[in-house]
Amino acid sequence: MPDIFFEDFIIGEVKTFGSHRVTREEIVAFASEFDPQPMHLDEAAGKASLLGGLAASGWHSCAIMMRLICDGFLLRTAGMGSPGVTENKWLAPVHPEDVLTLRRTVLESRTSRSKPDMGLVTFRFELMKADKSVALDQTCILMVGRRNPGARLA
Amino acid sequence: MTYFEDIEVGNTALLGRHTFTQQEIVAFARLYDPQPFHVDPEAARRSHFGALVASGWHTASMWMKYFVAANIGVPHPDASAPAGVAGEGALGQFGPATGFRKLQWLKPVYVGDTISYATEAREKIASKSRSQWGLLKAYNSGTNQHGDLVIDFESVVLVAKRPA
Repeated sequence: MPDIFFEDFIIGEVKTFGSHRVTREEIVAFASEFDPQPMHLDEAAGKASLLGGLAASGWHSCAIMMRLICDGFLLRTAGMGSPGVTENKWLAPVHPEDVLTLRRTVLESRTSRSKPDMGLVTFRFELMKADKSVALDQTCILMVGRRNPGARLA
Repeated sequence: MTYFEDIEVGNTALLGRHTFTQQEIVAFARLYDPQPFHVDPEAARRSHFGALVASGWHTASMWMKYFVAANIGVPHPDASAPAGVAGEGALGQFGPATGFRKLQWLKPVYVGDTISYATEAREKIASKSRSQWGLLKAYNSGTNQHGDLVIDFESVVLVAKRPA
């Protein structure tokens, strides 16, 4: 059962979660399925490209960040999906052996008049490398259940 | 090969159609997005979705699969692609993308849903710093078998200009 609800996300709060070491195998596996461009499949092609070496598909870095979001807090949260991503910036390539962590900032939270059982929380999610450079900077909205949706003020 | 100069603003290309199976929805979600309504049919039934749904990142990554197939000259993943679907290398020579904006997951994608993926050229901007490239703003989408948009987003990509 979830133990994190809409009310628990405090605007301005910054937290860091998890750690994922990227492997060559997963870069190639994801790219083979969804983004089979040479710089995501082959070291030499990566070196010859603007990415400077074998690099993960941008969609793969989004997927890796989603897993860090899940393991970091979302699987314990009354999550109800997401309406979308306001902006997603791929700032630096992700290479094999990069160690990635998630930095989460709560930007905004608002309740829903039409759906009183949930609220919308806007997050800034950053995928950080070990040297604290940011590979991916994303503003994303999550729908989160409220702690006591049926509660009424007396 | 199609170059920046050949792209006409307003043109829409159908990239292909994909039917999502339970097996691939669960396999993707177990790796990248293991929320109960993406990995567990019973938990999904009890959720507000009412049934198993694909991760939004799976729906988005699948757009990329069909975009690459239409552009980079790899075999088209949809063997039954109808006439009019963009073919190998048909849309242009693309450089790395810097991101996307206004991505919306508008409807859930359920097991068995067939999503038609498309891209529309919205605006062309000549790149001042990179003379061999132009910037293309595109509107990208996925529509289900009922005609409902399930995903859309805006992207900016580099497209090669015709060699001088």
